Amino acid sequence: MSASSEGRLDRRAFLRLSVFSGAGLALGYYLLPSGLAQIAKPDAGRPGGLFIPNAFIRIAPDGTVTVFSARPEVGQGIKTSLPMIVAEELGADWKSVKVESAPLDAAFGPQFAGGSLSTPMSYTSMRKVGAAARTMLIEAAAQAWGVPAGECVAEGGMVRHIPTGRTVPFGDLVARAAALPVPDDKDVRLKDPKDFALLGSRIGGVDNPRIVTGQPLFGIDQRVAGMLYAVYEKAPVWGSRVVSANLDELKAMPGVRDAFIVNRTVPSGTITGLVPGVAIVADSTWSAFSAKARLKATWEDGPNGGASWAGYERQAIEMSRAAPGSKAVREVRRDGDPDKAFAGAQTAIEAYYKYPFLSHTNLEPQNSLVSVEGDRARVIVPTQNPDGARELAAQVLGIPKENVEVTITRIGGGFGRRLDNDPTGEAAAIAQRMGAPVKVVWDRTDDLQHDHYRPAGFHYLKGAVDARGALSAWRAHHVAFGFGNLGADDFPARFVPNFQLLASNLENGVPQGYWRAPGSHAYAWVICSFLDELAHAAGRDPLEFNLAVLGDAKLVPGTGPRGQPYNAERMRNVVRHVADKSGWGARLPRGRGMGLGYYFSHQGYIAEVAEVTVSPKGALRVDRVVAAVDVGSQIVNLGGAENQVQGSIIDGLSAAVGQELDIRNGSVVQTNFHEYPMLRIPDAPRDIEVHFVKTDYPPTGLGEPALPPLAPAVSNAVFAACGKRIRELPFSKTDLSWS
Amino acid sequence: MSKFTLQVNGRSHDVDAAPDTPLLWVLRDHLGLVGTKFGCGIGQCGACTVHVDGDPRRGCLTPVSSVGDSKITTIEGLSPDGGHPLQLAWCELDVAQCGYCQAGQIMSAAALLARNPAPTDADIDDAMGGNLCRCATYFRIRAGIHRAAEISAGMGAKA
Repeated sequence: MSASSEGRLDRRAFLRLSVFSGAGLALGYYLLPSGLAQIAKPDAGRPGGLFIPNAFIRIAPDGTVTVFSARPEVGQGIKTSLPMIVAEELGADWKSVKVESAPLDAAFGPQFAGGSLSTPMSYTSMRKVGAAARTMLIEAAAQAWGVPAGECVAEGGMVRHIPTGRTVPFGDLVARAAALPVPDDKDVRLKDPKDFALLGSRIGGVDNPRIVTGQPLFGIDQRVAGMLYAVYEKAPVWGSRVVSANLDELKAMPGVRDAFIVNRTVPSGTITGLVPGVAIVADSTWSAFSAKARLKATWEDGPNGGASWAGYERQAIEMSRAAPGSKAVREVRRDGDPDKAFAGAQTAIEAYYKYPFLSHTNLEPQNSLVSVEGDRARVIVPTQNPDGARELAAQVLGIPKENVEVTITRIGGGFGRRLDNDPTGEAAAIAQRMGAPVKVVWDRTDDLQHDHYRPAGFHYLKGAVDARGALSAWRAHHVAFGFGNLGADDFPARFVPNFQLLASNLENGVPQGYWRAPGSHAYAWVICSFLDELAHAAGRDPLEFNLAVLGDAKLVPGTGPRGQPYNAERMRNVVRHVADKSGWGARLPRGRGMGLGYYFSHQGYIAEVAEVTVSPKGALRVDRVVAAVDVGSQIVNLGGAENQVQGSIIDGLSAAVGQELDIRNGSVVQTNFHEYPMLRIPDAPRDIEVHFVKTDYPPTGLGEPALPPLAPAVSNAVFAACGKRIRELPFSKTDLSWS
Repeated sequence: MSKFTLQVNGRSHDVDAAPDTPLLWVLRDHLGLVGTKFGCGIGQCGACTVHVDGDPRRGCLTPVSSVGDSKITTIEGLSPDGGHPLQLAWCELDVAQCGYCQAGQIMSAAALLARNPAPTDADIDDAMGGNLCRCATYFRIRAGIHRAAEISAGMGAKA
């Protein structure tokens, strides 16, 4: 293996691990590539008399501070929050800060958006970026005044000399600061967080004025001169190819420029990159869509033509009966003696939990705009993984990766789907053939039927409580689809004395991918639901039972090389906090109930209590959700952080209540929102309370971790309300009527 | 292809398009007004909501040939300067996450406020149930509509 391809594999493996768990915080990696001095580019020419202390900041003589936001904005608010960090340390006046999206460039360090990692990876480096520029501005003012730099501070876009009260605006310091050396990374002093003026306040998204006036911010809104519009009908069965299509008929349709078969798979063997299909290129989106409606193609059946959800479920049940030690079953972890503990238990219960494949259904359909000129290409794309877009385009086009320029647009929803770049592969292949810029746009059916799905899963659980009502044994067998299993350290591992975790995987051809809070979004529901069952089996209050499970240790160390420490104290803290704020323990009439969900994911410790009403006919309404959130010492943008938690709660409910995909003949059955319901405003809880619990740990991200606790909080509340235990997602599969 | 003259945001536009072309795509591809969004193409998501003679209409289900000389308003024409009370409220309360659905949300809400200046939660449910938000910002959309109603009332008092 060559060094370069090895490096590529390493990066991919890194991304996969990071995005999955938000873990692996080997901080050395996350610092900017070669320290501040390297990225500073002090000899970058300083066009127009700007002060450019590093890749992220430009200060103009009129005092305008431009901050580049390097991470893709998917709605997580990063385009506002990372520049806030820079501005805070710089001492800028936020009203004078202009934020621009950075292009893909190594100068900006890692630029993917996933794993709720942008904040933890960038918090310290963005502080240093701002602090380095502040140091230089202060030095410039101190020199001008002939006073010690230590007597000066930067605030509100000015440097102030403390003893005399003199001030000078940043703009007037631009020329002098630009002549100063960039301080070394180590010599940059960060602010004391108690002096923060901007961080922790509520700052509106920097793109809001353009969003509410309909400006062309998103990928699908982009156009370039001479651009053609393309659709790409992929082979319906995953992994199959095109045999023939009525291309001549399509080419004769009005507005259609070309129609052709692409029987390529890039990278070779993939089902999540460029896959075979029929391209139709036209003068407008509607001409392309109209032609696609008339497409008649014959497809190979492929290796997955017989795949069905019903078949997968049959196989999962069979696999769950395979004994530990058989080839299909891997023992992931064992503590104590589970068999003996079950034999001697006061009470043991078993349950079977399952959840279906899900789609991301980003509201902005997948799209990408690619222009190819000779051995160079330009990609304009809403991607969470711009480096991946560059790599796939280069592979499809057969040109060096360095020759691909990537512009990252605002993104109409990420949720993990846009970590994969298949639309860019399609646009590249079509643009190359057409010799013109091409924008590929998927329709909703393409999006639902060619997603990279949230893996389905089956969990066979057995648990026991001892004579004191304490959780004494836990056995879980997770049957999955080859895209991740429960890991050796996943809760409640390490918290049960007799514990066994088994894992199996079904062979399948379903393209799978990361879906908001990968793994955790489903595991939290299974685990917190079964813990609730055990609490009731033990005759104990679920809050008190779960706090007992969490024990009295502070930090429970990780196991093995990829193990993660679990800070049980932080979790107990948010569980108690949410119980307090929600009024846990209040007596409610039959038909109303409260439930608890809590989960550690993406470095966040989050507990939620849902209060629900279930009508005698079984209609479920979520009346109120209270969240207690510990993501460390500093909330960057309070308004944005609250928005993420509120949205995660409703998004989690949306998925849990009614979403499922069926698979028949090797493809997904659902075609549009009428068959794949998304929660609408009448069903969204009207009362959501978000409480941030600050702790002395580094700030971490909020795009994902508030979602997993929601589903179990609601299903446990349903049990409290009416005695119906939900063991299958979506909730709509379970009859909740009571009398 | 056929020629149509459309009245969009107070201006007259000549377009040459197939008669069955949805207004959505005429706005986006022919007129470059891309604030109106494509989400589903079957009237399920509301991202393409525009006003036709003041009524909210799904652009994806409205053939260009059916529009005639009706007055079409898109998000770009809702106000001259982004100063519609809903636009102000959306910025003040930081309603958007990804922002993709918000033009459609605002157009549906604007039609609601035009006929009901002080909507209740139930009124909002009725008027806004056709607009999906994948980021699930419904909590703030509701608050934003109430806030816009307040802003409107204040503007009325001043005037």
